[in-house]
Amino acid sequence: MADQPKTAEPARSGLSPRKKQQISRGVQYVVLAVALIALVLYADWGSLAQNFAKPDVASAALPDLFTIALRNTVIYAVGGFAFSFVLGLLLALMRLSQVRPYRWVAIVYVEIFRGLPALLIFLMITFLPLALPGFQVPGGTYGQGILGLGLVGAAYQAEVFRAGLQAVPKGQTEAARSLGMSATRAQVTVVIPQAVRMVIPPTTNQFVALLKDSSLVLFLGVSGEYVELAKFGNDLASQYANATPIMVAGVTYLIVTIPLGYLASRLEGRKRRVG
Amino acid sequence: MMTHAIELQDLHKHFGKNEVLRGIDLTVDPGQVVCVIGPSGSGKSTLLRCVNMLERPTRGRVYVKGVEVTHPDVDIDAVRRHIGMVFQQFNLFPHMSALQNVMIAQQRVLKRSKGEAETIARENLDKVGVGEKCHSLPGQLSGGQQQRVAIARALAMNPDLMLFDEPTSALDPELVGDVLAVMRKLAEEGMTMLVVTHEMGFAREVAERVVFMDGGVVVEDGNADQVIGDPRQERTRAFLHRVLHPEG
Repeated sequence: MADQPKTAEPARSGLSPRKKQQISRGVQYVVLAVALIALVLYADWGSLAQNFAKPDVASAALPDLFTIALRNTVIYAVGGFAFSFVLGLLLALMRLSQVRPYRWVAIVYVEIFRGLPALLIFLMITFLPLALPGFQVPGGTYGQGILGLGLVGAAYQAEVFRAGLQAVPKGQTEAARSLGMSATRAQVTVVIPQAVRMVIPPTTNQFVALLKDSSLVLFLGVSGEYVELAKFGNDLASQYANATPIMVAGVTYLIVTIPLGYLASRLEGRKRRVG
Repeated sequence: MMTHAIELQDLHKHFGKNEVLRGIDLTVDPGQVVCVIGPSGSGKSTLLRCVNMLERPTRGRVYVKGVEVTHPDVDIDAVRRHIGMVFQQFNLFPHMSALQNVMIAQQRVLKRSKGEAETIARENLDKVGVGEKCHSLPGQLSGGQQQRVAIARALAMNPDLMLFDEPTSALDPELVGDVLAVMRKLAEEGMTMLVVTHEMGFAREVAERVVFMDGGVVVEDGNADQVIGDPRQERTRAFLHRVLHPEG
């Protein structure tokens, strides 16, 4: 059979490729229509609306949703981001250092904190006072949340910075050194500013990831004025025995994350154009 | 005895097993313009980069104005301050305007005030003919303009000597002339220059001496007219024939 020459046997059905494509597309529309009809017919819309989109429960979330929950989410995320930015840059510089032990430290750090679930880090932070009696994370609950997010974020941000630093052409360092700048001066004045510009798009994505991970602060046992969006939604949902607050919290996350996502891809596009 | 601007003694450089420089002895006197020519891979760029220690020689010594820069105790940053270098790929700092490119090392290395650095930067940008472009970023300039900004950046440090590493090789042909004109002006002002180049016309007219390198050694070193016009060595003759008559 394999020996037989494959003559362009006219399709048994006699359908042209164009016709086949039309049929394929038609089938896809039919499947979609059936799924929608099933959803409309079988979903209990009244009950769904009652449980996930109850207006009076939603309005009960205001104004604390913004003044407390979103504000705290932003505090945890921005604080954790600043922490991870500084530590990440330090780790990236260590990773590229001439001094071998520095490289080892950076590699071990990145592997551990990228390899562990962020939740586990948060749980460990809650046990810190037990492990180290008398030790308090500075800044209380905010400090704990920022520490957890920062430690995890730094591992990822370090890799982002490493890629950026390595993408700066060697000629840049050589030009700076040939002008009499020291190695450190050349890094600070010439290499790092260029690397930071290059990593703005992936760093924006990093910030979005941290913003979402700030929901893990839930596991630090926060309450009152320290709650962020996820905890806030969860508490209200328990109080009203209704899922609407979780939906509301979700929408609030999206209000922040979707524009940031678009910003990141626009910056990415601009970078590509500028070269 | 007069101190040489540059003196290389038995210079060797290995990259792994690859022996790029195999014992170079060369001197450049103050005010001299010396062009280094030779086929690619002959070691001429490496030789130039050994002068300011961008490459560390495997063996041998380098003296700049009588100071042994290969000595382990020498402050190489202090030595480099007095050696201007111009690269094939310009290597301007892309995140800074032309003016900032020329100012930054003056401020950070020579500790000149902002005002002083700016005055000197503008003088030098005017000198190389890109004064009106001082607020442009390198990406907005043509290759020829970028290379002239790079020359101004080196000149603003008041160097004792200038190293040029194939300064026109990355340029579109119609932009080469502007850069060569600036270099010619510098030579006429008495700047000590060591130039790796493929521009035979420039070498012949501007350089006092031409050094022909091949296979990591100096094959011929002499008066520019003689080396290019009437080479003594067969290898020099063959190279020049290939360069000057590329289609045979």
